[in-house]
Amino acid sequence: MAGVVKTPSATEAKLAADYSGVREALPGTSAVGQLRDAAFDEFVSLGLPSRRVEAWHYTDLRIAMREALPLAKATRAGVAVNTLAPAIADVETIRLVLVDGFFAPDMSDVASLPKGVSVSSLADGLTKGDAALMEALSASGLGQGDAALALNTAFMQGGVIIDVAAGAQVSSAIEIVSLTSDGAAQAVYARSFLRLGQGAKVTVIEREAGGASHAQQRNNAFLIMVADEAQVEHVFVPALWHAGSTHVASLLVSLGAKSQFNSFTLTRGGGLLRRQVFMRFDGEHAKGQLAGASLLQGKDHADTTLVVQHVAAHCESREYFKTVLDGEATGVYQGKVMVAPGAQKTDGAMKSHAILLSDNATMNNKPELEIFADDVVCGHGATVAQLDEDQIFYAMARGLPKPVAESMLLEAFVDEATDRVENEALQAYLKGLIAQWLAARGRA
Amino acid sequence: MIEIRNLHAEIDGKQIINGLSLKVNDGEVAAIMGPNGSGKSTLSYVISGRDGYDVTGGEILLNGENILEMNAAERAAHGVFLAFQYPLEIPGVTTMTFLKACLNAQRKSRGEAELSTPDFMKRVKAGAEQLGVPQDMLRRALNVGFSGGEKKRMEVLQMSLLEPTFAILDETDSGLDIDALRIVSEGVNALRDPKRSFLVITHYQRLLDYIVPDTVHVMSKGQIVKTGPKELALELEANGYRDYVGEAA
Repeated sequence: MAGVVKTPSATEAKLAADYSGVREALPGTSAVGQLRDAAFDEFVSLGLPSRRVEAWHYTDLRIAMREALPLAKATRAGVAVNTLAPAIADVETIRLVLVDGFFAPDMSDVASLPKGVSVSSLADGLTKGDAALMEALSASGLGQGDAALALNTAFMQGGVIIDVAAGAQVSSAIEIVSLTSDGAAQAVYARSFLRLGQGAKVTVIEREAGGASHAQQRNNAFLIMVADEAQVEHVFVPALWHAGSTHVASLLVSLGAKSQFNSFTLTRGGGLLRRQVFMRFDGEHAKGQLAGASLLQGKDHADTTLVVQHVAAHCESREYFKTVLDGEATGVYQGKVMVAPGAQKTDGAMKSHAILLSDNATMNNKPELEIFADDVVCGHGATVAQLDEDQIFYAMARGLPKPVAESMLLEAFVDEATDRVENEALQAYLKGLIAQWLAARGRA
Repeated sequence: MIEIRNLHAEIDGKQIINGLSLKVNDGEVAAIMGPNGSGKSTLSYVISGRDGYDVTGGEILLNGENILEMNAAERAAHGVFLAFQYPLEIPGVTTMTFLKACLNAQRKSRGEAELSTPDFMKRVKAGAEQLGVPQDMLRRALNVGFSGGEKKRMEVLQMSLLEPTFAILDETDSGLDIDALRIVSEGVNALRDPKRSFLVITHYQRLLDYIVPDTVHVMSKGQIVKTGPKELALELEANGYRDYVGEAA
């Protein structure tokens, strides 16, 4: 930022002090240390994202993060995985547990991994300076220039690395369960990796639990590298964090030729959540779908920001998001689809639909297309509406009480997104969570 | 039995129902005819409890109980049914799911046990067969992509499942060809019962050839201005409404 001298906010100053304080203790070789320093320098020059940064216009972290909470310690006091995250019905999973961002192998199914799957701790990988990991850390430029991601790179303490060998067809879903000890307000910086070999196939669930009693500052990143012809179905369910929490969840995806990636995020509120996905088509004839539903009430703030880069030709991208807003909630949808000059025959379609249930709720929809190729099919649609009074009266005239009628219509609205999850048992699990949210709203 | 006494109702401050009184006995089929703008559809919404219609005076007694304090869902559970002139499409909700939810919501409201799925299926299948509603229609989203005739048949199927004590048919004949009209009317006639009363709202005498009323009321300017036997409908068809529209106070 030549010529601009910025005065750091109190939080930025505290983050700088924290970084100097923990730098030596953070895991990693000297090369990792240099990477961290470079990332932190980048963060310092960018500052906490504020409304002045276009990509963060509707989610101002500089305002939301009034302080920098102390870094999480690997204490694990009182964390019981089965209580916090009961098994998902009819879905066989391999559980990998993170507590406050630190991988906990003793709580994980590491002894019974299926053939072709190997798992290791991020901290171990950083300490060893593993070459493949070092390469993956740069994520080939995905998310470059994002201050929150730079902060994650600087502070990353823990996480899990999952490798799926070429050709492996993993029948159980891999479930990354992120738990919180919740003994105090804290900051968690975790980064995890999923690397698939050619033609591998896997379902991965990211699920978070706990953290309702104390404010959390979570800044996590997950990189998925999908090799040629590999297939991934991915589901992300953030926890209902304490209302004072800020949560940046970055997903970085690189897609090889003829690969398929299908991701769904279910947000149910809980403080401020920024879901940002950077997805890049690196090989031809790949298909990538990002879908999700956000159910927001009270003062919830949920931001879904997508950057989809078509670099290779003949790829198909789909983005499909539904948002339901009640109370004084704020929803943000920013979807940017970029088509590079060589990415001919790109087929892109993006939709964001929202329903406002209250006069005080706000939805910001910003779809964007940047197309530099001349033979593509790309479209987008964004709507903000209310429930249809005629439909509600029709259902009530048949005997459905108003809250039930509203829930039925909202469920049908959200289902159009949830139906995009291919695994039926996972779809049923998500629909159960959605029904719970709607029922609780109906009782309020 | 439904009894409406000196009903006044308005929407957005505009008086539409203007001191209307009407009684439909158990087992009776009453028709309401009247020119455009006489308040017929408004009356059906006011009876069924639609939001936005302010009742400024009078009473509506269903089997002796004033229903005006109840919301639309409560009125439905008490036995009021409105067959819509334009049935709503509900995307994403299958007909079967909708029917079951409505039936069980009404039963719950009345303190009755919910129907089991097999019990419910048996009832739906029987009703659908009688009305010539194909099974695959029940698995589709309610009314989405249904033809005009299919929508009206679906209204009658809902009525047969919900077993109301008082049913309003709001211009059920609109948008129907002769064959559809016959099927729908036969469905309605099969539901005629000594304990059930009907209010049939229509512009035209034609519907009343199929659903033969016991009584015909003429509505104008928010009031009933003439009541007579079924032959009154023929007279209206021949002479129009001009003899009556001037009579409202």
